[in-house]
Amino acid sequence: MARALITMPATAKRGEVIEIRTLIAHPMETGYRPGADGAILPRNVIHRFTCHYDNVLVFSAELFPAVAANPFIAFSTVATASGTLRFVWSGDQGFTQTETASLAVT
Amino acid sequence: MKRVAAMMLLVAAPAVAVDARRSGFDDMSPQLQAMQRDDAANPAMLWVKDGEAMWGRECVRCHGDAATSMRGVATRYPSFDAATQRPITLGQRLATHQRTTSLSPESDALLGIEGYVALQSRGLPIAPPDDPRLQPFRERGEQLFRRRMGQLDLSCAQCHDDHAGQRLGGSTIPQAHPTGYPQYRLEWQAMASLQRRLRSCMNGVRAEPFEYAAPEFAELEIYLKARAAGMRIEAPALRP
Repeated sequence: MARALITMPATAKRGEVIEIRTLIAHPMETGYRPGADGAILPRNVIHRFTCHYDNVLVFSAELFPAVAANPFIAFSTVATASGTLRFVWSGDQGFTQTETASLAVT
Repeated sequence: MKRVAAMMLLVAAPAVAVDARRSGFDDMSPQLQAMQRDDAANPAMLWVKDGEAMWGRECVRCHGDAATSMRGVATRYPSFDAATQRPITLGQRLATHQRTTSLSPESDALLGIEGYVALQSRGLPIAPPDDPRLQPFRERGEQLFRRRMGQLDLSCAQCHDDHAGQRLGGSTIPQAHPTGYPQYRLEWQAMASLQRRLRSCMNGVRAEPFEYAAPEFAELEIYLKARAAGMRIEAPALRP
């Protein structure tokens, strides 16, 4: 079960800078911690986050084990045309989650 | 920034004059306060969104829109449960309700639905029910609050009444008002119930914690809620 929250304006004026804030539920297990039974918990972190705006990469980030659980990533982009933003998080153990949001530019 | 702080002081000043009680929110840094105020940044909302989805699947057929049917519900718990003749907490009520009976204590699903229900009371004052049947349990809760326990031989009251506002290690000792549960705790990197908070406190004084859903927790909570009566619900809160 993975969940993500994306907060951004639904509409914007052409050329306006919009702020996009994302929050995803993920344990970000470092791979260094022992569990209740003393055995090391396998690493399970998100490695990469990308945002494509109409299939153009506008933002990406690399994440590492020092990042806290449920990572919050905020960034901005320029509203150029009405379209779809695609957010992808990918990481260990085949984890991948994709979310989309649409932006109407006037 | 300075002007904003001065304005906030002006707003807060009259409340302080009549009420010396402080929510843990008041002791947090401005950055963390901003994080709690902003639902887009508060990770507790991840759980609450799951709770909202569960509401749509399980609860809405009988209870309708939560914004109206659940408004103020969290302010009244723990309330008296006629079936068991005992006080029951909001979490236990949800966990034993007919559509959601399979929810185990401290599970993500229970914390989600509890958070979603508590969210509907955000901003409302805590209003413990005026039920004489609850009185003996409230008194037992107060006794628990004042009873020394564990190897450190400390009671809740010795920290949270006598030394609230002072420091324990690097942290400010809060006055222990349960205004924001269930809440996201940054240290635990997870949503947590009041019972997990109390169990952690008991571990801290080297006492053996009560089991989840133990009757003692309902008694303690009912006393804490009476102590915090009138303070505003801020669930789902965020704490360091």
